[in-house]
Amino acid sequence: MSQYTFKDFKSDQEVRWCPGCGDHAVLAAMQKAMPAVSEELGYEKERYVVVSGIGCSSRLPYYMDTYGFHSIHGRATAISTGIKVANPSLTVWQACGDGDALAIGGNHFIHAIRRNVDINIILFNNQIYGLTKGQYSPTSKFGAITKTSPYGTVEHPFNPGSLVLGAKGTFFARSIDIELKLNEEIMVAAARHDGTSVMEMLTNCVIFNDGTHKVITDRAVKEDRTIVLRHGQKMIFGKNRDKGLVLDGMRLKVVTIGENGVTEDDILTHDAHTDNIGIHMMLADMKYPEYPVALGIIRDVKDVTYDDGVRDQVAEVSARSRIHCVDDLLRSGSVWEVK
Amino acid sequence: MQHKVIDANDVVVRFAGDSGDGMQLTGSLFADMSAVYGNGLSTFPDYPAEIRAPHGTVSGVSGFTVHIGSGNVATPGDFCDLLVAMNPAALKANAKWLKRTAMVLLDDDTFDDKGLARAGFKGNPVEELGIGDRQIIAVPITTLTQESLKDSGLDLKTVNKCKNMFTLGMACFIYSRPMEYIYTYLEKKFSKKHPELIAPNKKVLNDGYNYAANIQAIPDTYTVEPALLKKGLYRNITGNQATAWGLLAASEKSGLPLFCGSYPITPATAILEELAIHKSLGAKTLQAEDEIAGICTAIGAAFAGNLAVTTTSGPGLSLKSEALGLAVMTELPLVVVDVQRAGPSTGIPTKTEQTDLNQVLYGRNGECPLVVVAAHSPAHCFDAAFMSAKIALEHMTPVVLLTEGFLGNGSEPWLIPSMKDYPQINPPFAAETGEKFRPFERDPETLARKWAVPGRKGFEHRVGGLEKNHDGVLSSDPVNHEIMVRERAEKVARVARVIPHLEVNGPSEGSLLVVGWGGTYGHILSAVEQVRESGKTVSFTHFDYISPLPENTPEVFSRFDRILVCELNSGHFVNLLRGLLPQYNYLQYNKVQGQPFLVQELAGAIEKSL
Repeated sequence: MSQYTFKDFKSDQEVRWCPGCGDHAVLAAMQKAMPAVSEELGYEKERYVVVSGIGCSSRLPYYMDTYGFHSIHGRATAISTGIKVANPSLTVWQACGDGDALAIGGNHFIHAIRRNVDINIILFNNQIYGLTKGQYSPTSKFGAITKTSPYGTVEHPFNPGSLVLGAKGTFFARSIDIELKLNEEIMVAAARHDGTSVMEMLTNCVIFNDGTHKVITDRAVKEDRTIVLRHGQKMIFGKNRDKGLVLDGMRLKVVTIGENGVTEDDILTHDAHTDNIGIHMMLADMKYPEYPVALGIIRDVKDVTYDDGVRDQVAEVSARSRIHCVDDLLRSGSVWEVK
Repeated sequence: MQHKVIDANDVVVRFAGDSGDGMQLTGSLFADMSAVYGNGLSTFPDYPAEIRAPHGTVSGVSGFTVHIGSGNVATPGDFCDLLVAMNPAALKANAKWLKRTAMVLLDDDTFDDKGLARAGFKGNPVEELGIGDRQIIAVPITTLTQESLKDSGLDLKTVNKCKNMFTLGMACFIYSRPMEYIYTYLEKKFSKKHPELIAPNKKVLNDGYNYAANIQAIPDTYTVEPALLKKGLYRNITGNQATAWGLLAASEKSGLPLFCGSYPITPATAILEELAIHKSLGAKTLQAEDEIAGICTAIGAAFAGNLAVTTTSGPGLSLKSEALGLAVMTELPLVVVDVQRAGPSTGIPTKTEQTDLNQVLYGRNGECPLVVVAAHSPAHCFDAAFMSAKIALEHMTPVVLLTEGFLGNGSEPWLIPSMKDYPQINPPFAAETGEKFRPFERDPETLARKWAVPGRKGFEHRVGGLEKNHDGVLSSDPVNHEIMVRERAEKVARVARVIPHLEVNGPSEGSLLVVGWGGTYGHILSAVEQVRESGKTVSFTHFDYISPLPENTPEVFSRFDRILVCELNSGHFVNLLRGLLPQYNYLQYNKVQGQPFLVQELAGAIEKSL
């Protein structure tokens, strides 16, 4: 049993998201996941720091009864990086939106991933700017009609998964806001992972972009249009658990088990730990209707982390340096005495 | 010709050549050896922004001025006694800085038709420049260097790179400098990777020295006796190095690890480079993806309990503005070092100015006060950085430390202090009271909030850019907002209680008080002294603290009829003073040329204001 329950992570602040907003569910999953993380990794509550940028989802730190930092638009990733490097014993969680992390904060986002700083980034992707009341974001679909694109956007969106993997991310998972159990599972795995963990949450903005993910998240079709990947398990999906993914030459292909001689053995087994980023990229890129959209932990590989590197270098250089205090430093090198 | 050895009180030597001629190194070596010899010293590197500007052109000239003296030396000197010109362009760019009595040492090999044409000379350069009355010593330095190393086995390119050693050898003869320091330098520099270069460099250096001794073209040589400096251990230090070390000292005295998040930018980069070396003192450096990440990682580190620093120059500070506002709002300790350069925009990146003061004071949205400290000499950057960190940590506020390219790159001898003479730094860490932590509850004396660092049980709280009340709860209540605005301002104002009072150099009352701030200190002091030599009375005070002003500022100002504020901008500080203390009579003297003041022009301005 963890020493904590979800109540320990609930602050006394009134949650001010719109009724029906997907962010409520992600917050709930987080408040449930953190006690589990503490149980597994032995983190005391005071070691949690929740950081955010600006946007609807960035209000999240106020609702967690942990140390928190609600920063400025786009910069959460840089603030998180500083916190983690300054004190690697903290466990840093970040809430940010698609506009926040991928537009104004895109630079910090890719560089944190490149450095593999041990921070856990929850990317709330509702494909819209909510807090400024409905402008298109870098993940809005091509042609999306919004307040700033009344005739439809003429630009391609980012797929956050491809962006993370393109920056050689070591952990990427995707889920849907209301999938509480899966989200909790992903968050615990992200905590376990050393390095930058990016968790893309497909969230619904009831006011400005209602139903943007509906085509895959609707209860009636979800199982046929998404696939939950789990390491070591066959890539099988569908209401009847009869569809699967195979490699057809260089491309993934959806097949039906039992048709055209396809058996379960032919279906790919998910390896989240393989270094081969190509297959993870293909999985992250899958779009409905050609493919099911991949959910779950797509990639989770080991690599050195930036914060460990910085800390170890300080220790290593200290061990062999002759300069151990400022007085030593001041008297090092060329000095002379006036008598 | 009779050779005389003249005892000189002070001498200004300017080394100038192409940006690839090694003049910065030659100048630094001449400076360092003079420092070790015991001279008073001030240096001024003046180089183009291009790494290798077009060969032989005036815009590509790189210069390094060394002022040595047997007394205190406050400035790099306006005009030089010796100009070393490695090509016609270097002569052209620097002819206006020759004293009447100056000697010019030039590399005759470069004064061919091509070289003269590149520098834009039509005929005889000495005539064109009107410097025929100076002592011109034309030496075929390139040929002699090649001759010196003909048996060295080095290729021509490497041989030609040794020209600067020949020049340095000649300068050492002219100013009777012992060369052991340079030998040691060469051995240290090359011993690991290029031991084959030690002997040739030494040979060229000695050949240059001997050549100067033998040619009879140099009638007089000079000695500059060691300065009667205070007893103790000295070193030569640049402003950027001193800034880095002052921050390390503050880290030690506060017991907090130093974190520096920065992005490379001229002329501030050397601070990040210097801190990156000193990991053995626990310094963590993060070369960020941009200026914004530089300050934001530092803000994160401050929240996590480190002594957080970001270093930059003008355009970088512009990028950091929003985050600086966040640091003001979250009331976290942060030191921002701005090594000012000529702006606006990219401006003239390698040239010095004081034109960021308005930006630092006013360049943020909302009511956004912070502390502004300014360093006044290269070595003073140490104390200024230390004090900036102390104020930031003890008053829970961002502090901007203004230095200048002139200070950052310039150097001077420094009486090495002892850390036992520096005060402890005591941040207001939250005490265990048993009650719920109120993150924005203020210390009644300083108005600083308490600092509770993540990892401490029971102090979980949230900070952020949104307005809050004393409990740390979000509040858009109009009255609360105004209270918080006033308290943040008052907190900064109360820093005046702990900073040193202004000191007046000269009589404490009179007709004219000359006022400066930052890196103009040495020039203004020299100018004031020069004016006094002509029997006139003038006083001088210099501000190391700009925001808040020292408490006794009105008291000092009230005793003078006129206040002449001299600064390297269009009047940022004088306008601040006019706003805060409008009852006094201000005059101003400004220069915005990307260059330090000349003592001579300042003295003229002071005379006019008397």
